[in-house]
Amino acid sequence: MTKALQIKDLKKIYDNGFTALKGVSLDVEEGDFYALLGPNGAGKSTIIGIISSLVNKTSGSVSIFGDNTDNDFALARTYLGLVPQEFNFNVFEPIGEILINQAGYYGIPRAKAELKADELLHKLGLWEKRLDMARQLSGGMKRRLMIARALMHEPRLLILDEPTAGVDIEIRHTMWEFLKEINAQGTTIILTTHYLEEAENLCRNIGIIDHGTLIENTSMRELISRLQQETFVLDLGNSITKLPDVSGCNLTLLDDHTLEVILPRERAVNDLFSYLTKHDIKVLSMRNKTNRLEQLFMDMLDKSEARGNAS
Amino acid sequence: MTNSEKITAFRTIVVKEFLRFIRIWVQTVLPPVITTALYFIIFGNLIGSQIGDMEGFRYMDYIVPGLIMMAVITNSYGNVVSSFYGSKFQRNVEEMLVSPMPNYIILCGYVAGGVARGIIVGLAVTLISMLFSELHVYNGWVLVSVFILTSILFSLAGFINAVYANSFDDISIVPTFVLTPLTYLGGIFYSISLLPEFWQTASLANPILYMVNAFRYGFLGITDIHLSVSYTIIIVFIIVLYSFSMHLLNKGKGIRT
Ligand SMILES: Nc1ncnc2c1ncn2[C@@H]1O[C@H](COP(=O)(O)OP(=O)(O)O)[C@@H](O)[C@H]1O
Ligand SMILES: [Mg+2]
Repeated sequence: MTKALQIKDLKKIYDNGFTALKGVSLDVEEGDFYALLGPNGAGKSTIIGIISSLVNKTSGSVSIFGDNTDNDFALARTYLGLVPQEFNFNVFEPIGEILINQAGYYGIPRAKAELKADELLHKLGLWEKRLDMARQLSGGMKRRLMIARALMHEPRLLILDEPTAGVDIEIRHTMWEFLKEINAQGTTIILTTHYLEEAENLCRNIGIIDHGTLIENTSMRELISRLQQETFVLDLGNSITKLPDVSGCNLTLLDDHTLEVILPRERAVNDLFSYLTKHDIKVLSMRNKTNRLEQLFMDMLDKSEARGNAS
Repeated sequence: MTNSEKITAFRTIVVKEFLRFIRIWVQTVLPPVITTALYFIIFGNLIGSQIGDMEGFRYMDYIVPGLIMMAVITNSYGNVVSSFYGSKFQRNVEEMLVSPMPNYIILCGYVAGGVARGIIVGLAVTLISMLFSELHVYNGWVLVSVFILTSILFSLAGFINAVYANSFDDISIVPTFVLTPLTYLGGIFYSISLLPEFWQTASLANPILYMVNAFRYGFLGITDIHLSVSYTIIIVFIIVLYSFSMHLLNKGKGIRT
């Protein structure tokens, strides 16, 4: 299958001498929904900057659908749609104009661009605002404007740098639905995020970057299978005072209606429930204590930290 | 990109640039018109009548070409420097940088925007001057070509200024401390033959002198400098500034990190 993105040994040293990328190699298949995770300052935006040619690389190479961003830059750029981390539009320009001009830079004639802009403004809930200037939009609308702008030329690869930062929950969810939909229609998507829940919900494959090094590159399913245990919180229907004894599980009573259970991977949730049912303990609801990937993520970063210190 | 796609991209920048300064015409088109009208009233009417003739022309008629040139120079320069710096400042320059459009289209688009402003303001100032002076056109070709070339030259200069600028101060330093003095000393208000020998020679180092004189030739048929020298200097400047602008764009100076 064609690779939507192929990054080879990417290095970046900024002008002030700081090494932001220490040799990152990464492939993303066509049609994938890929998450790039990492703490603040890990180098995610730097990678995206280099892919989109806003940042000059120090060495390495980038190809988008087989076209090199140096030699075949016009083709490579045509395949790519970028939603950057920071707002970067002219706030004094009406948003309809922002979209049509962006299409113009890709050589799309105005009449055609107007149709596309109308379609995207409707889809992203910005139609009522089309005559407003960008500065009159709320934060969530500005994000959606940047998504619409990135899609004006119908790119095959869409890269979003923290698209849901500072966006409220409701809009975040509609944004997720929208991204799932365009991915299903064939657009390859790469996004960076802080929210593990977001990555788990949306993405099939995942790369984890820390201190300018890719420390993990795998599928979401494989990553989850590595979880040794999961911690659940159960809300009980009746109050209990004595801690139930389920072999192999570690239980704690948070209060007389709330039970915390640490369930090892090899134990089925059924065992827990059959025990509780037998003892007339009614469970009203159950949830993960934190996002289940969070601990795994923290462990990986700790390990990479330790490796970094050792070297 | 195909040629027709490139033309679409170019047209997009030009239209965007045109609408930008038209939208804020009170800041962009009106001030030079008012300033020029004041020059005409003060130098032309009030003081000019005391001065008498300059090189055989009424003083008012003598300064009209230079005043139009001055408006063209400051407005072409000002349009590109503030627009391109503004798009760096708000980062919307990135909209162009991620697109497949080649750098020369970006540069030509901004230059064409500067020329458009030069034309609009130049025409407005010319219309105002017709209230005060009877304009004669001695050579229309010279007039139009010097007008456009000067506008291109200073649009390019404004572009370079914007690339290097890191603050709004940086975009007013050059116009205030370089452009304005050179313009005033560029033979708008006098013929350099009136100057002492040393200052006549010194004036020849001022590129604006060549444009003002060539432009005045288009109206009045007189010039301190041979036309071919003027054209050569203007064209050499354009080539140098264009090459340097392209070099900066290709390096990503000030726009790619
Ligand atoms: N223009 C720059 N000059 C110097 N250092 C930079 C520049 N941009 C980013 N950095 C540094 O590079 C590192 C990676 O930054 P970035 O790619 O933005 O991280 P992330 O997006 O993962 O939060 C950070 O330490 C940041 O401070
Ligand atoms: Mg970032």
